[in-house]
Amino acid sequence: MTAELVRGQNHPLPGTRVEIRVTAGTPLVAGATLNDEQGRMRDAGWIAHPAAPQLPGVEVSRQAAAVHHLAVDPGALPQGVHRVNILLALPAVPGAPADFAGLAAPFLAVTGQDGEQIASYTVTGLSAESAVVALELYLRGDIWKVRAVGQGYADGLAAMLADQGLAEARALAGTINEAVAAGMARSVAPAPDRPTRHAAGGRTGTGQPAGAPSRPTAPSASSAPSAGAQPSAAGTGTGAGGGPIDYRHPRRATPTPQPAAGPTPAASVPPQSAAGPQSGGPQSGGPQGHGQGHGQDTSQPVAGDAPGWSMEERLYNQVWGMFEDLARSVAAYRSAVDFADSRMERELEGVLDDPRARIGPAADAARAEARAKHSALVEQARGVLERDMAQLEAESEVVEPALPPALARWDNPVWQAYEPPTERPMALRVGDLSLSERPELRIPMLVRLPLERGLWIDSGRLRGAEAGLADADELRRLAQLTATALAARIVAVHPANEMTVHVIDPAGSAATSLLPLVESGVLRDPPAAGASGVARTLERLTQRVDLVQMAVRSRATDALPPDLDLADQLLVVHDFPHGFDDRAVNQLRYLADEGPSVGVSLLVVADREEARGYGPVLDPLWRSLLRLTPVPDDHLADPWVGHAWTYEPPLAPSNSQVVPQVLRRVVAARHSS
Amino acid sequence: MSVNLSKGQGISLQKSDGATLTAVRMGLGWQAAPRRGLFGKRTREIDLDASAVLFADKQPVDVVFFRHLVSDDGSVKHTGDNLVGGAGQGGDDEAIMVDLQRVPVHIDQIVFTVNSFTGQTFAEVENAFCRLVDETNGQEMARYTLTGGGTYTAQIMAKVHRQGNGWQMTAIGEPANGRTFQDLMPAILPKL
Repeated sequence: MTAELVRGQNHPLPGTRVEIRVTAGTPLVAGATLNDEQGRMRDAGWIAHPAAPQLPGVEVSRQAAAVHHLAVDPGALPQGVHRVNILLALPAVPGAPADFAGLAAPFLAVTGQDGEQIASYTVTGLSAESAVVALELYLRGDIWKVRAVGQGYADGLAAMLADQGLAEARALAGTINEAVAAGMARSVAPAPDRPTRHAAGGRTGTGQPAGAPSRPTAPSASSAPSAGAQPSAAGTGTGAGGGPIDYRHPRRATPTPQPAAGPTPAASVPPQSAAGPQSGGPQSGGPQGHGQGHGQDTSQPVAGDAPGWSMEERLYNQVWGMFEDLARSVAAYRSAVDFADSRMERELEGVLDDPRARIGPAADAARAEARAKHSALVEQARGVLERDMAQLEAESEVVEPALPPALARWDNPVWQAYEPPTERPMALRVGDLSLSERPELRIPMLVRLPLERGLWIDSGRLRGAEAGLADADELRRLAQLTATALAARIVAVHPANEMTVHVIDPAGSAATSLLPLVESGVLRDPPAAGASGVARTLERLTQRVDLVQMAVRSRATDALPPDLDLADQLLVVHDFPHGFDDRAVNQLRYLADEGPSVGVSLLVVADREEARGYGPVLDPLWRSLLRLTPVPDDHLADPWVGHAWTYEPPLAPSNSQVVPQVLRRVVAARHSS
Repeated sequence: MSVNLSKGQGISLQKSDGATLTAVRMGLGWQAAPRRGLFGKRTREIDLDASAVLFADKQPVDVVFFRHLVSDDGSVKHTGDNLVGGAGQGGDDEAIMVDLQRVPVHIDQIVFTVNSFTGQTFAEVENAFCRLVDETNGQEMARYTLTGGGTYTAQIMAKVHRQGNGWQMTAIGEPANGRTFQDLMPAILPKL
């Protein structure tokens, strides 16, 4: 039997020699790195690649090929190896594709000694990346497992190797590419009769600009920051090249439309054509509908004006539709203004270039004309933008009051009338998003429940303009408040007994902001303090994840201990990595990786600078969490155009008692049930 | 009434009742390669691709094609890649929809192209056409026959461009060679 893995999923291995077959539509370079228990490459030689294809227990191909057979023998690996990462990269040779966009999704199959296929993984969702960590084989206890990773890198082989902890990554990438170029002549060509791009999953069918044409990726102040960004969002010129004409936008700042860098994972494609009862009227829930152009200004917006089976789903889709409409409308405006700017520049330069006309009334007139053309176009674009904004604002005015608690701001009256729900909502509002053209038009930032990735409230210094305004202590305090507001929201939107919250506050520094949680009695145990408290809490949750995973895998959920809390679990960690030792750090990473699939979520308040001592071991942790900021900051990208959106945390109004009041009702409902 | 366009012929995109158009669709259809059973027959599928390039003052600003299905501003949308063609009965196998009212103010021309991604020339493709449809009522306004178009793998079909307050369509019908629209850029520029 074969387990078809999806990203993040794992599967046990026999522990004996396995073969990994890689099939791709185009020649790839395959490699493997070895990590110790800490996730570090203990030895610079712990990498197998085309120029050095053999290590004890690992063997890779000498050349780039569309089909690879790699071998891994866990028993023969060097002492201390706890993980083997399987890496794939596009070769940097002339004629090879620059990125995975449009290529067939690489397919990996793991087979045992008897030739039986154990697990397989199709690395879907790649676009601007040119290298990817496809699989990892890792030791958990004394069992070897394989996990589908699928972590892509837009900066290619060198960036991926650097992320693996190799100091001389760039030099090694050069060596590998040389070896590959030499062996290229012998490589296995892809099947000839099938243009490769067509196997790229269902990607081309979605409304998402999945393989958006390679865009300029010059780093910009407003693009996603390195701290929380996916490697693919870092961007380089790898995607450049191509046609003789550069049709791309000259000045666009573009994080890639990788959903991971966007506000929500996976759910980033608003279902536009979900089956089900269609509400009447134009589908403003989708992106700007065609053919509804005329008269749309006069039509009154309606809440729930989007497809969906329930009002909740319709509102969810409507919010996503508004999000996309705003992104696209602003894209049109910015594009027009950029064009007007560059045209004026060109025309003014044209005046300068003509020595006879440089001075005098003719030149003045030419300059004036260039400026007038500029302002006329900008004005026209502004007019269109204003019209769209007015329409979205009117829609927002009817949608906001109609939102259920999980999607509503704290100041929405729906929270005053709050009662614990009987069912888990489909999504949670974790804040607001806005663009500088119209900061007051705020789009709810929704993430799907159960959370697919943990949340990280960044208590560190921000790079943005606000950095100077809030001092370090103030940021820390706001980060703690944000964490409490989010934790309260998560508890409140779940049925009363279906979400248990654990808090780790090693030094007690977050005590004040934790008061609403503590005083309401919503926490079963007081916040865990000190190194022993940290260890105890993590141990309990890790065990729970192991138990539930085991039970699910062997279909023996009824064999779980009767005292096991079946509710979903939320772990709030303050002041990370204070009070954490290496073991605790590893347990937290484990929870971040394995927790979401068994209902255990993380909410971590941390300043990445303070965890610097752990080195690259923590990089995967930061990447796996959705970064949020305690003050408005423009670090989130939408999945369509890649604007940098300003995120605002979901804090209750300063004098409001809504959070404690809601938590008390949760506790009351728990007692009465 | 649909017009069979010839090269260089222009038509104004106005409805018969004088109102200006608000949304148009460029449809592309062709007949799939014949199939005589599945085993042992190395059928060479025919994959034609429709693309639209948005220009501002002869500078390409955005493009809509199988890898970027919606223009950033949302006004131009591709319905998705068809890899093999259809029945050849006149239905669209790929379509690009343009919401003319939402086209950004600086975009003054949109050029439609067709490429043979799998490399067959139009002489080998049967029942291939492209047409322009008024998206609001489904009426065909113009049609262009590709079949028998000679040993070319691409065609710059037509452009819609601003004319006064409305839009006008001009047939271009310029044959070219190339696998994707990027290859056609040198051939497009003189036609703007």
